[in-house]
Amino acid sequence: MTRDHILHRIRTALGRSAGQAVADPPPVRIRIPAVDRAERVKSFAFRLEALAGKVCRVATPEDACGLVASMVEGKRAVASNAPFLAECGITAFAGVETGITGREQLREKCASADVGITSADYALADTGSLVMLSSRGEARMISLLPPAHIAVVPVDRLLTGLDELFSIVPHPAEVSSSMVLITGPSRTADIEQILVRGVHGPGQITVVLVGSG
Amino acid sequence: MSTEFDQKIHETLADPKLQLAIYTSTARLKQNRVNMVAADVLPDYQELRSQANAVKKHTIENLDHYLEQFESNLAARGGKVVYCKDGTEVADFVLGLAKERGARLIVKSKSMTTEEVDLNERLEHHGLESVETDLGEYILQLAHEKPYHIVAPALHKTRYDVAAIFTHSLHVPNETVIENQTMLARRVLREKFLAADIGISGANFLIADSGAVVLVENEGNARLTTTAPRIHIAVAGIEKVIPRAQDLATFLKLLARSATGQLLSVYTSFLSGPRRAEEIDGPDELYVVLLDNGRTRLLPDKEKRQTLFCIRCGACLNTCPVYRKIGGHSFPWVYSGPIGAILTPQFMGVAHEPALPFASSLCGACGEVCPVKIDIPKILLDLRSEVKKSETREKQNRLEKFAFRAFAWLMTHPRIYEMAGRIAGAMAPSADGKWISSVPPLMNAPPVRAWLRERDLPPPPPRSFREMWRQRQR
Repeated sequence: MTRDHILHRIRTALGRSAGQAVADPPPVRIRIPAVDRAERVKSFAFRLEALAGKVCRVATPEDACGLVASMVEGKRAVASNAPFLAECGITAFAGVETGITGREQLREKCASADVGITSADYALADTGSLVMLSSRGEARMISLLPPAHIAVVPVDRLLTGLDELFSIVPHPAEVSSSMVLITGPSRTADIEQILVRGVHGPGQITVVLVGSG
Repeated sequence: MSTEFDQKIHETLADPKLQLAIYTSTARLKQNRVNMVAADVLPDYQELRSQANAVKKHTIENLDHYLEQFESNLAARGGKVVYCKDGTEVADFVLGLAKERGARLIVKSKSMTTEEVDLNERLEHHGLESVETDLGEYILQLAHEKPYHIVAPALHKTRYDVAAIFTHSLHVPNETVIENQTMLARRVLREKFLAADIGISGANFLIADSGAVVLVENEGNARLTTTAPRIHIAVAGIEKVIPRAQDLATFLKLLARSATGQLLSVYTSFLSGPRRAEEIDGPDELYVVLLDNGRTRLLPDKEKRQTLFCIRCGACLNTCPVYRKIGGHSFPWVYSGPIGAILTPQFMGVAHEPALPFASSLCGACGEVCPVKIDIPKILLDLRSEVKKSETREKQNRLEKFAFRAFAWLMTHPRIYEMAGRIAGAMAPSADGKWISSVPPLMNAPPVRAWLRERDLPPPPPRSFREMWRQRQR
């Protein structure tokens, strides 16, 4: 069997035997800087805007609802089942498809939608990233198929960066089959190193940060 | 040197358009990296490199343990590991699965590992359609070419080349605006994504404590490849495993910065198993192919096994004075640049292209930029020595041997060395301070001529260092 053959070759080459104990790996390197919320918001906006993303700040869920309503007016939109979107009332207005739980239906809606609306589990201040764990509330395709993506995120989910993320979620596999970090709009520079956005994923990304402080 | 290697190098050197394309692209990537790892931007850069090196070293030294751990954790999440020793076994596995599931259309995201085993060609030979979806890879697939660069595969193609390729293969009107070309590819490939039965990806990292595949990309095609079809197959070299999800806090900071000068690539996907019961989308089946294809040959040598630390960022290509002249397609296998020069001889055997470890100026730039601190120059020297040792007695160049012995003797006899220097200086033509680019007539012997053909010499100084030193002493 190839499996046993390869593992045997590896062990012979390394001078190890099957099941032999392993010394501890080097300690993980996690450094979380102390950055207050205002600084985090500033950094997040700076990083995402540098990538041609948009960042909006609103104080309340109602304000978020009004803002998103104006952004998707006259467009076909699909919203995820994230509880926070329902809390904002974003799932309730005309033109927004939501509550989808079937894969085929979701794929069809997303393939023809102009905008996908989601929340996010976390956001990372020092890179301008969204962190999305796939779940019943948050399907993968809504942030992927439509040409524009709007994410509505409570400001207290804004972490300093990767190190804090991996200290809060040390084992993403226990939570979901898919964790994706989204850092700006989809882009390519494969032809003559000229930057083009929206090659396969959304070319526009807007993050609405909700809450004060 | 094989004639093919020699010929491709000279073709590349003689093509000014290609020279410009290689030079400008690598210069940009190189500068982007430099900006992102500068001490005021990333103060702990050197610490991160050391940490990445230590983690890779530990993992490779205990590779069997981490592969088994990866395998059992993936199985616990409903995925399956398939070990393959070579490209034939990878193709057999994919073909078998496709037949069982009645699959016909495959979408692929960028993977050097699948390039290594010519997976597309093997699948298409058996009647499957396998479509590359990374824009650069898609262009190259239509042009029937291999990647020119680990990170920027179509670096050598201009917008006019792309227009010609699209017109010819897709039967569309001539289109030379890059944005429109990109949107055309988006439309064509979107249909493929939505119709595909299987998605094949590579893997940037495999996480042992999670049974997870990590994919890093900018376009979103890897996300689509691993989300839209019902089956996801990730093809990865056995060396891709790292112990813990938390190690990503180190590796992700290094990879995108070194590759393209980004803080993070646009999409980083952490995929552990097929979709779960409560999740709405994602694949129903997930397989991870663990490929050997020569990798286990590198493990016995404690020094050279560090070649397997490579995270395929391409930084060594962009900084290499040799790659930047001879380009990607001169190299005899899919891996080019300094990493290709140490990886290919070890995967394929030094006899595959004995001249390869010599295609380096040993300037050390590759080792300096490597985010996982692979000592590439040292390994190049080891491989050179291996090539020389492997040459049969008849093939050994007596003249070369004599020349090096004479050189060693000369270097240990300072008086004679000085005299030789004076004679050589007198033999060189007076070049009025300009570099000597043609062979001086008195040195026009065949081996000297061959050596000088590709090299220019600085003009001999009026006085040697020793003479100046003696004068100072007086």
